[in-house]
Amino acid sequence: MKNMNGFLGLAVLAGVIGVSGCGKSRENITMAGSTAFQPFAEKLADHYLATHPEVSITVQGGGSSLGIQSALSGTAQIGMADLVKLPPEAALLKSVVAARDGIAVVLNPANKVDSLTMDQVHDIFTGKIRNWKDVGGADHAIAVISREAGSGTRSSFEQIVGNFKLTPDALIQDSNGTIRETVANDANAVGYLSHGLINAKIKAVTVDGEACSEAGIMSGSYKLVRPVFLMAKPDASPACLAFLDYVLSPEGQELIHTNGLIRAK
Amino acid sequence: MKLNGEKIIRYTLVAVAFSALASLLLIAVFIMKEGVPFMVKVGLRDFLFASDWDPQAGKYGIYPMVVASLYVTFGAMLIGAPLGVAGAIFLTEFVPRSVMRVIKPTIELLAGIPSVVFGFLGVMVLAPFIRSTLGGPGLSLLAAAVILGIMVLPTVISISTDAISAVPNSYREGALALGATRWQSVYMVILKAARPGIMASLILAMGRALGETMAVIMVAGNTVRIPHAVTDPVRTLTANIALEMASATGMAREALFATGVVLFVVIMILNGIALSAIKGKVRGR
Amino acid sequence: MRIPPRITQALAVTILGSATLLTVAVLLFIILFVLGKGLPGVSLEFLFSAPRDMGREGGIFPILVGTFLLPLMAIVIALPLGVGTAIYLTEYTRETRLTQALRFGTDCLAGIPSIIFGLFGFIFFVVMLKMGWCLLSGGLTLAIMILPTIIRTAEEAIRAVPNSYREVSYSLGATRWETVLKVVLPNALPGIVTGVMLSLGRSIGETAAVIFTAGSALRMPASAFDSVRTMSVHFYILAREGISNEKAYATAAVLIISVLLVNLAAYGMMHYFMARRAR
Repeated sequence: MKNMNGFLGLAVLAGVIGVSGCGKSRENITMAGSTAFQPFAEKLADHYLATHPEVSITVQGGGSSLGIQSALSGTAQIGMADLVKLPPEAALLKSVVAARDGIAVVLNPANKVDSLTMDQVHDIFTGKIRNWKDVGGADHAIAVISREAGSGTRSSFEQIVGNFKLTPDALIQDSNGTIRETVANDANAVGYLSHGLINAKIKAVTVDGEACSEAGIMSGSYKLVRPVFLMAKPDASPACLAFLDYVLSPEGQELIHTNGLIRAK
Repeated sequence: MKLNGEKIIRYTLVAVAFSALASLLLIAVFIMKEGVPFMVKVGLRDFLFASDWDPQAGKYGIYPMVVASLYVTFGAMLIGAPLGVAGAIFLTEFVPRSVMRVIKPTIELLAGIPSVVFGFLGVMVLAPFIRSTLGGPGLSLLAAAVILGIMVLPTVISISTDAISAVPNSYREGALALGATRWQSVYMVILKAARPGIMASLILAMGRALGETMAVIMVAGNTVRIPHAVTDPVRTLTANIALEMASATGMAREALFATGVVLFVVIMILNGIALSAIKGKVRGR
Repeated sequence: MRIPPRITQALAVTILGSATLLTVAVLLFIILFVLGKGLPGVSLEFLFSAPRDMGREGGIFPILVGTFLLPLMAIVIALPLGVGTAIYLTEYTRETRLTQALRFGTDCLAGIPSIIFGLFGFIFFVVMLKMGWCLLSGGLTLAIMILPTIIRTAEEAIRAVPNSYREVSYSLGATRWETVLKVVLPNALPGIVTGVMLSLGRSIGETAAVIFTAGSALRMPASAFDSVRTMSVHFYILAREGISNEKAYATAAVLIISVLLVNLAAYGMMHYFMARRAR
């Protein structure tokens, strides 16, 4: 009996603590969507919160598709999507371009191949070219790695490369980071990911002679680029819009730049 | 006065039981409501038995994933069942009770390791090993089956050990008195008596293997293709739900619920088999 | 040629023994590997500071809090509901086809893959009820997930209490509820606690259902409507995104130790209750 009373007491206490937080003195802003932009959104949120304790910003992933849906349904206050062009349903939302991001085609460092043409990229990912020796590498089957269906990186990639149906043999991973890890572990893998996530474990190839560099992206000579959109409902709260302004401000853009992404302009 | 209090208690308990069962019913009904109309609309042939999964193009064939789930579960049982039952037999019959009392809880404690840890080890250790020895990308049907097999081992061992321990000592003594060796008494008498319990452990393990998601997403490769070799990457039904969930709308979302219905039905069938196996044995004795 | 039974026995023992050894070795290897790589990274600072730079630096304190609060909420919701239902089904009703069907139904629900609970929780709580990714969404989803197990184990535990105990209580003039409260439940407690602990262990290791309902926020939750990250989710994100293998293993080490502690506590409590009963 004593045990029961103690346990009930604990339960009530937990309940009170949980519910007491209901008196929200801080406004909750949820951002959801593009996994490519997620780490940068986290950094922006961290810096913003240092000077604006009256809001609380949490960042979720889920992919660009989820970002648009969440913004539309109200599940998130700000949606993040890295798409070449926003789909028609997003017209209901107010959207701003927060950054620009290049998509790098990445290989394992042990792979001899250093450059590919856009056509070769197309043929590798559609399954027409199946062996590395056909593009100047070793005699080994190509392991194609792609993102899942709702990924903005994937839709953008497929759209830019054009006329695309991903080979059914492709392995699917669920974020940029996991693609990077998979390519880093497999000498015969090829994948694509946000250029802001390249590190020493993988190498990016040049596409049509252009490297995935900041200069190439800004000048437009590197073709695999897409904007990162932040979207909110037109009747979003002032705090929400204030954060969006922060992201577009010189301070926010500088933060994005120093962490490896490209400014919006 | 006490009786009035009793009535209040009774009505409270009814309310409690009702809400509990209502919430369980909620999830069952919700899944059916979203999934069944979809299956009627699209038809079983284009859903269960079609191989083209392309929601954006209106194609919802989950056959490769059904096959993958079955193969992965079967593979896991191929590894987990013999090792598990062998371990259970060894621990109860051929090892002193004191040793068993230490090892069994240890194995049960190991059952608490989260699946993502198994998955990660699969990616870091098992997949590269498969890639270098057997070829292919390493992320494969084989990797998933091995990891799941290891994951269900504690379940099989724990429940089978309980089942074998529960066999009355008189059975053992009777067999030994007739001149059987320990091993003969095991496979001629004890195993037969413990069969319902062992079957139950295997069915439970199968259900767990079928329902595992995270570890499988990490090591199986997630390709929607019917596997032709164990080194081929596969996507199970559960992995498909997890991968497509965030971006699925409209019919694609209903397709995921329909997949849930399929899994639900399979689990129900498995449970039904387990139930009848246990009932049958009890009556047969 | 007939092989002498002594030889088949020796053979059998060798095979079975090796199988057992292999099993124990593999399972031990996994634990020691993770602990070996992870424990060096675990310190008081790690446990009590907040994560920085997406988890590349810093510690896991808000995540520990999340890992504690989420299963706690699930149990606070599911325990009364589950035990109450079990009491009603065993003590206040007769065994009918309906109760058998209900039992079969709960058994089935206990076996449903957790991703389906995640799908349900996401669509129902996060999107439809507009609760968003938060502790409450996750807690409710986990509660529904563990409810069948709690009902089942509580029911079995209550049934295992010998009828003679009840009869003695009634013969002394106690009402049904008094009997349940003072005689049946205390004796069923070990079994019920086992069920709770099992569910707790399962909730702590749960990843799929949690990511889609409670989200993956790195901040300390201030209310039930804040998103939280649990250790399993954190480990998953760190490891798979390659953010920091070191921190990932450290998180996994803390995670494994927590689950081991919960299981040990379960055994301890079970033995404690059984010893008390023997008095």
